[in-house]
Amino acid sequence: MEEIIATAIGALAASGVWLVLRPRTYQVIMGLCLLSYAVNLFIFSMGSLFIGKEPIIREGIKQDLLHYTDPLPQALVLTAIVIGFAMTALFLVVLLAARGLTGTDHVDGGEKQP
Amino acid sequence: MSLIALLLLPFIGSCLAAVLPHNARNTESLLAGGVALVGAVQVAAWFGPISRGEVLVESYTWLPSLGLNLVLRVDGFAWLFALLVLGMGALVSLYARYYMSPQDPVPRFFSFFLAFMGSMLGVVMSGNLLQLVFFWELTSLFSFLLIGYWHHRRDARRGAYMALVVTGMGGLCLLAGVLLLGHIAGSYELEQVLASGERIRQHGLYPAMLVLVLLGALTKSAQFPFHFWLPRAMAAPTPVSAYLHSATMVKAGVFLLARLWPALSGSEAWFWIVAGAGACTLLLGAWCAIFQHDLKGLLAYSTISHLGLITLLLGLNSDLAAVAAVFHLINHATFKASLFMAAGIIDHESGTRDIRRLSGLARMLPFTATLAMVASAAMAGVPLMNGFLSKEMFFAETVFIDATPWVEVALPVIATLAGTFSVAYSLRFTVDVFFGPPATDLPHTPHEPPRWMRLPVELLVLACLVVGIFPAWAIGPILATSAAPVVGGVLPAYSLAIWHGFNAPLIMSLIAMLAGIALYMSMRRPMREGRLQRPPLAGLLDGQRIFEWLLLHTRRTAAAAYRRLAPRPLQAQLFLLVAAALLAAAWPLLPHGLSWGSRPKIAGSGMFVVLWVIAIACAVGAAWQAKYHRLAALTMVGVCGLMTCITFIWFSAPDLALTQLVVEVVTTILILLGLRWLPRRLELAEAPGQRLRARARRLRDALLAIGVGGGMAALAYAMLTRPTPNDISGFYLRRALPEGGGTNVVNVMLVDFRGFDTLGEITVLAVVSLTVFALLRRFRPARESMQLPPQQQRQEPDLEMDLINARSAPDTAQGVMTVPAVLVRLVLPIALVVAASLFLRGHNEPGGGFVAGLVVSVAFILQYMVAGTQWVEARMPLRPLRWLGAGLLCATATGLGAVALGYPFLTTHTAHWVLPLFGEVHLASALFFDVGVFTVVVGSTLLILTALAHQAVRAHRPGHLPRATAPKGAA
Repeated sequence: MEEIIATAIGALAASGVWLVLRPRTYQVIMGLCLLSYAVNLFIFSMGSLFIGKEPIIREGIKQDLLHYTDPLPQALVLTAIVIGFAMTALFLVVLLAARGLTGTDHVDGGEKQP
Repeated sequence: MSLIALLLLPFIGSCLAAVLPHNARNTESLLAGGVALVGAVQVAAWFGPISRGEVLVESYTWLPSLGLNLVLRVDGFAWLFALLVLGMGALVSLYARYYMSPQDPVPRFFSFFLAFMGSMLGVVMSGNLLQLVFFWELTSLFSFLLIGYWHHRRDARRGAYMALVVTGMGGLCLLAGVLLLGHIAGSYELEQVLASGERIRQHGLYPAMLVLVLLGALTKSAQFPFHFWLPRAMAAPTPVSAYLHSATMVKAGVFLLARLWPALSGSEAWFWIVAGAGACTLLLGAWCAIFQHDLKGLLAYSTISHLGLITLLLGLNSDLAAVAAVFHLINHATFKASLFMAAGIIDHESGTRDIRRLSGLARMLPFTATLAMVASAAMAGVPLMNGFLSKEMFFAETVFIDATPWVEVALPVIATLAGTFSVAYSLRFTVDVFFGPPATDLPHTPHEPPRWMRLPVELLVLACLVVGIFPAWAIGPILATSAAPVVGGVLPAYSLAIWHGFNAPLIMSLIAMLAGIALYMSMRRPMREGRLQRPPLAGLLDGQRIFEWLLLHTRRTAAAAYRRLAPRPLQAQLFLLVAAALLAAAWPLLPHGLSWGSRPKIAGSGMFVVLWVIAIACAVGAAWQAKYHRLAALTMVGVCGLMTCITFIWFSAPDLALTQLVVEVVTTILILLGLRWLPRRLELAEAPGQRLRARARRLRDALLAIGVGGGMAALAYAMLTRPTPNDISGFYLRRALPEGGGTNVVNVMLVDFRGFDTLGEITVLAVVSLTVFALLRRFRPARESMQLPPQQQRQEPDLEMDLINARSAPDTAQGVMTVPAVLVRLVLPIALVVAASLFLRGHNEPGGGFVAGLVVSVAFILQYMVAGTQWVEARMPLRPLRWLGAGLLCATATGLGAVALGYPFLTTHTAHWVLPLFGEVHLASALFFDVGVFTVVVGSTLLILTALAHQAVRAHRPGHLPRATAPKGAA
């Protein structure tokens, strides 16, 4: 399982980076989405992977990291997901405004590169 | 009055002065003068205890965790400076009342003036070196503001800028030096630093520290090679020149040298740097002063030269020289300030400061002329003046110095030469201006200035005379008191008398006097004929040119580096950024490599592998298709998101999975709304050369992407195969139930342990949604995307629905999507119940404010989607802005509630009740915080989505645009 998670993170990150480096704003926004999945999974996996050990306290189970999965990366990623949504929204609107102002969807606001 | 009150008084005065009316010259100067006078009287009253060797100290806790205290400390030397700052301040305030014209905005002037006075007091009364640096920087800042007071003048702006750059850079060096000094001495307290002189001089870091501290002091006191800023600073109003640039601020440099004298002096390096800079400045300043045509320029160079003299004295490593330096410091302040004021009077009365135009003013301004001549005599070092006494002490020091032979010869020669020059420029100042035929082409006819404008000059000149004639009586005790701390407490033997017999210093004085007169006489003719416009020889040492060259090249280098490192095209920038990130991540791995750990792995699952293979294929497919097939790419990205969500739930993170799922939905709707405004992209054939270049670029990007992806995969794998770190998470697990009152640890962390973080997060969310809202209010879509989309163009034109007739449709969804519309309306209450359930169980089970808020937003957005914007808003006013505000208020109020009860911000309290029917109920105050989170999430999500949705309505106002250019029903 560890191999597949690591590969998935790598594939998402690679696709994301490739898209971020493209010239069209829509490509960049898609790239950022993929990149944020990769990064969220990466942070999440830093707390190690466990099956069936949700960080929800049950009676009679000792409250330590052997019996529950690490809640800290989860709290961080939860914040990251919401902020990621906000940033996607902002970027989308900036993208649209730039398209309206410059008449193009090129990231530099012009077709011809200097 | 306590020391802190004395320090705060000018700052309070500054705030008051700033709000007085525009033309309140009398009130302003009364306020400034009053503040200074009260302070000066108070300081003077401390003379008793101070002269007995007491040190007044007040200490206030500032940053106790860092061992930093606000220490105010007044010993004899600081006392002298405080008196100088306040006394001069009082005189200059009076003078400025008459100098400033009714058109000048005086509140600004006096406000800065008083603030400067406070900063300068802060410098001299600091008992802590860091505190001293802080006030030091403040003086630079207020000096900048005061030089640039007449900011409509280009020379004032440039002069202010130059002064700020030079003294500001010096201040930064000083900060670094002081940090080193504190490190060496083990404390920033002045007391301890002064006591550990031996240890400081032995330390290996001493040379570096010394150079840095001296850079600060020498730039501030306009010492060679940083002297050039002072003449430029003369663009300031004359009271500023008199106060800051002759009496106080430029003395801060020598103040620091004298202050740290017991700790830093006594080494070879000190002698060569300080005395060397002082000697160069002394000569250069005096030489340049002779050839100035501007009265204030002459005085500025003369000030530079006298500061050089003081620096030289301090650099000689002799106690007696240090006493002489303190003495000259006092004398210079008195005669130079009075000369500046006299120059200001001349400027004020005649309308010019050009020595070549001024002549014979003694007949028109007899009193001012007399005063100026007496002060000039003090500047030239004529007997019976205070300048003579300290100059004699200086000459004596240069004669009796004990150093290498050539220095023993050179120093007296330099001193005599400088004396000669000072006699020459003093003569130029007096003879050229006050004698000769009366000037005829002056802009104004000069008259004696008002009585009170002359008073400060009179008092200062009187001081020059009294000190010069009865030195031991007038200045003896003050000098002894103020010089003692500089030399470490024990004064050397010296005598303050006019006549010491016919000795070497007197001979040097005589030589300087005669040579000076001769020099002046020999230069009158060429000067009058205009042959000596600029100082000969000094052009080789033009600090200003070097400064400007350096500044220009710094700018050019910075611009070139900026162009190279931050190229205009975004793609190139991002490439550099990602490459740098990759390098930074790989760098620490280079020496050791990356090895896998030995943690037992989780048994694989075929289903999981298959799902991820699909998702990875989708990620690559999205990367492939995002340019030409946006909808397909969005769908594929959505698959990746869903797979991420499944991974969360697979590995015990139900909260993450829930949130990810709903965010995924909202993001997809959002982007779908945006797709409509993007231009249609068609595959174009590229020219062969272009195609090759584009391929090379894509290959390069692909390599970088694979590098980043591979690196992240390797890092993740290396971490995953290692045992779980035993970190702070255990703390949260143990405390969640007893202290947070909830069993869902992630939710408890969000609303309780890390509540502050969440508060920040929802604030960001609110700000983003408001930004989106504001950006879209003025949204101008591109022209070609204003037409209806082809799908809608194909609808019946008389169909009454708001997808077509956005503004006028009486009924929506008529004929289109009627069944889904009904179903979706039924979904709304169900979704609200689900959200309520998610919200309420959030503290103990997966759920919480975030998820609940997103579910509610999705439910509302669904209504928009099937029924249209207008239909929904006509029946259901949602007002997302109010949701936003209410949510933020609720969350903040919960946090402040804890403060009101005496706990830190956002502390949670859990109440336990037993209610009939319900049984035992736990109610944590975090619940109210979560209500705030929920409300903000609903508000901001709705605001963002509806703002985007409204664009479609706005752009299609009936009659606003031609409906379709294509014939109806065309494919």
